[in-house]
Amino acid sequence: MIPAPANIEELAEIIRSSEKVLAVGARTKPALSTTDSSVQLVSTRNLTGIVEYDPAEFTFTAKAGTPLREIVRILEERGQYLPFDPPLVESGATIGGTVAAGLSGPGRFRYGGIRDFILAVEFLDGNGGRFRGGAKVVKNAAGFDLPKFFTGSCGRVGVLTEVTFKVFPRPPATRSFRIPCATPAEAVELIATVARSRREFDAIDYQSESGEVFSRMRGPADALDALAADLRHEFPRAESIGDAIWDDITELRFATGSEWLEKRPLTLGTMAGFVGECARAEIKCHVSGGGSFVWMHGGNLTHARHPLTSGTGCIIRNCARQPTTAYSGSVFDSRLRDAFDPARRFRGV
Amino acid sequence: MQRGMSIERFESIFSPERLLISPAHLSAYESDALTAFHSRPAAVVVPESADEVIATVRLCNELRLPFVARGSGTSLSGGSLPIAGGIVIALNRLNRILRLDPTDRIAVVEPGVVNTQVTVAAQPFGLHYAPDPSSQTICTIGGNVAFNSGGAHCLKYGMTSNHVLGLKAVLASGEVVEFGGESRESVGPDLTGLFVGSEGLFGVALEITLQLLPRAETFHTVLAGYRTLEEAGNAVSAVVASGLLPGAIEIMDALAIQAAEAAVHAGYPKGCEAVLIVELEGPREKVAAERIELDALLATSGAVEIRVAADSAERMKIWKGRKSAFSAVGRLSPDFIVQDGVVPRRRLGEALRRIGEMSRESGIRVANVFHAGDGNLPPLILYDGREAGALERAETLAGRILKMCVEMGGSLTGEHGIGVEKRDYMPEMFSAVELDLMKRIRSAFDPLGIANPGKMFPCADAPALSQHGLHPLEKAGLISRE
Repeated sequence: MIPAPANIEELAEIIRSSEKVLAVGARTKPALSTTDSSVQLVSTRNLTGIVEYDPAEFTFTAKAGTPLREIVRILEERGQYLPFDPPLVESGATIGGTVAAGLSGPGRFRYGGIRDFILAVEFLDGNGGRFRGGAKVVKNAAGFDLPKFFTGSCGRVGVLTEVTFKVFPRPPATRSFRIPCATPAEAVELIATVARSRREFDAIDYQSESGEVFSRMRGPADALDALAADLRHEFPRAESIGDAIWDDITELRFATGSEWLEKRPLTLGTMAGFVGECARAEIKCHVSGGGSFVWMHGGNLTHARHPLTSGTGCIIRNCARQPTTAYSGSVFDSRLRDAFDPARRFRGV
Repeated sequence: MQRGMSIERFESIFSPERLLISPAHLSAYESDALTAFHSRPAAVVVPESADEVIATVRLCNELRLPFVARGSGTSLSGGSLPIAGGIVIALNRLNRILRLDPTDRIAVVEPGVVNTQVTVAAQPFGLHYAPDPSSQTICTIGGNVAFNSGGAHCLKYGMTSNHVLGLKAVLASGEVVEFGGESRESVGPDLTGLFVGSEGLFGVALEITLQLLPRAETFHTVLAGYRTLEEAGNAVSAVVASGLLPGAIEIMDALAIQAAEAAVHAGYPKGCEAVLIVELEGPREKVAAERIELDALLATSGAVEIRVAADSAERMKIWKGRKSAFSAVGRLSPDFIVQDGVVPRRRLGEALRRIGEMSRESGIRVANVFHAGDGNLPPLILYDGREAGALERAETLAGRILKMCVEMGGSLTGEHGIGVEKRDYMPEMFSAVELDLMKRIRSAFDPLGIANPGKMFPCADAPALSQHGLHPLEKAGLISRE
């Protein structure tokens, strides 16, 4: 049973009394918390709730263990949303775990990813000390940008206890489209064209298996209908589809049945080659964020151990059931760990 | 080691015309846009390549000489103020756009590239670089990166940090590192995000990868004049509550309007206590739908006069007035301090009232030009440095305003950075242990503490605070005090 402290003091006590410690949320990304038995896991599931939310500020503050589902629902009630489409909402992911994993969804295309919406963090360091970074306002340039540094840090520099985010008003309507492409190269050309177009798409994804580009526009309904007609004029093969596709993508349902799942940063310039290489290795690809990252997945150990999965991505599911690297380290790991965690209680590379 | 000896070592890297040591040359670099502070460096070096910057930093490291990188010197927080006896690395000649990729919508630039030049280069591809500080026609990307500069469009598009995908830098330790890359996504702790806004305390960026965004097809720019600041503030609240997401929401008060009018004849409505600028942007179909909502909302907001920019020339005129307001205030007062504290938006009205009260109490005029959409209020505190004690009184008022911003749950700075100007106020916002953590982080990049020391953190060795800025002739290098 993983201990789940009821407050920050208890959490700090667990950190201080452990030799090695790793915080977990709902464990929807199990590979990130697959460790050997020397590591004490500690759950944030009892550190929940929205602490501050004033819709007029376009910001909210929530405790780290708050499920995204709750946040998305409360924002929706007030006509607001997190534009970067945090993944695994319905699967139960927490806001803290999503920050630590540094994950965004298709919507990161238009206004940026999770790193671009996080404004402030509160965290405990390796000695259980309590710190804040950033500020709970939409604009701030005071001090080092710790909120960004924590994004993607996978629990290695501190335990997040509270996060503050910027939110946007939710556009009144959505229109979704499917455009089939014969080859990855054709998809790259299409994505590059529509990404630069006047129409302001808010998401552009590509599924390598089916060769389909999915795109989405948001705004006033009348305007979207006019824009959709214009899109079909330019791309006669563009087909209107239901918006449910985006929930499937956000929940990573394309990888249902894949025992191994990894996120990898990508560029459009390298996409066609990368997708082709994956196809030859029977690794499936879902490209998201207008070509800025790819979800690679496969069904078995062969895929998980393929040279393509060399550890430069963030592996969130791993059938190998071994402690995973999550990502390769940098020379600064040790020096920055001296700053945050001199006792080396958090997991290293 | 003798200082004179140290400087000689730089002769191995720089020819005499790019190693400036004469008082006449050095005086031009004594201040940045925060002219109340000045400090004389031992030398200014003018590298023409990244390798020369690397060699300079490595030599500084060897000699334990403090250094500051400088672009156009537009920092309003004294961020590029030289360290007395240290080295200024003037980066203006590293001004090449190394690569512009319209497919991936990125530009790789050197630090001395001027902000607007990125957009100029991107425009043929229908792209632009979003961050637009008021000084964008002269400020450099390197400086924008060091201080995480903002602009008028931050609510919707964020600050510089949100547009930097990766960078190559030489750290104060002499190591050359690469953070991030050409992808908009990354894996692992966001070191690029940590570097941006670090105020030059880690090292010097040599190559910066920027994301470019598609340029909006159309704009709908509205200027509304109000009898009171409060009415303008209420109009902002109504816009925010409407669910619209304008690209920019700006307010100028009477003093700022007067200054902008005198400077660029922007044609702002006469006799108004406040002017509000709201701009929608996007595809024509979307803007056409949203402007109906915005126009209806402003029509009932109590505005004395509402003007809509009919074309791009009129739009530019409205923005020129806004962006020139800071320098224009120079016409109203010989000296001024620019602040840029942030308060939660709901407390904007209260903050403005309190600034007004403090201004009256102290007898010091304050002009307000602010990014109303994001609660960022840069008050301009006007004073005459030739009057005994005037600067100190202005600084006291500035300090009270900063403390108020933090008390209200905001920030000391929205976009100018802490620099030398606000470093003593950092303890208002961060605890001693939080500041210690930041210092330890700094040590990971700069173990000797030679990269732009004296900025961001409160410290004992204060630079000279002058009564008045440099004499213009001194600034131009025509006269000098030595």
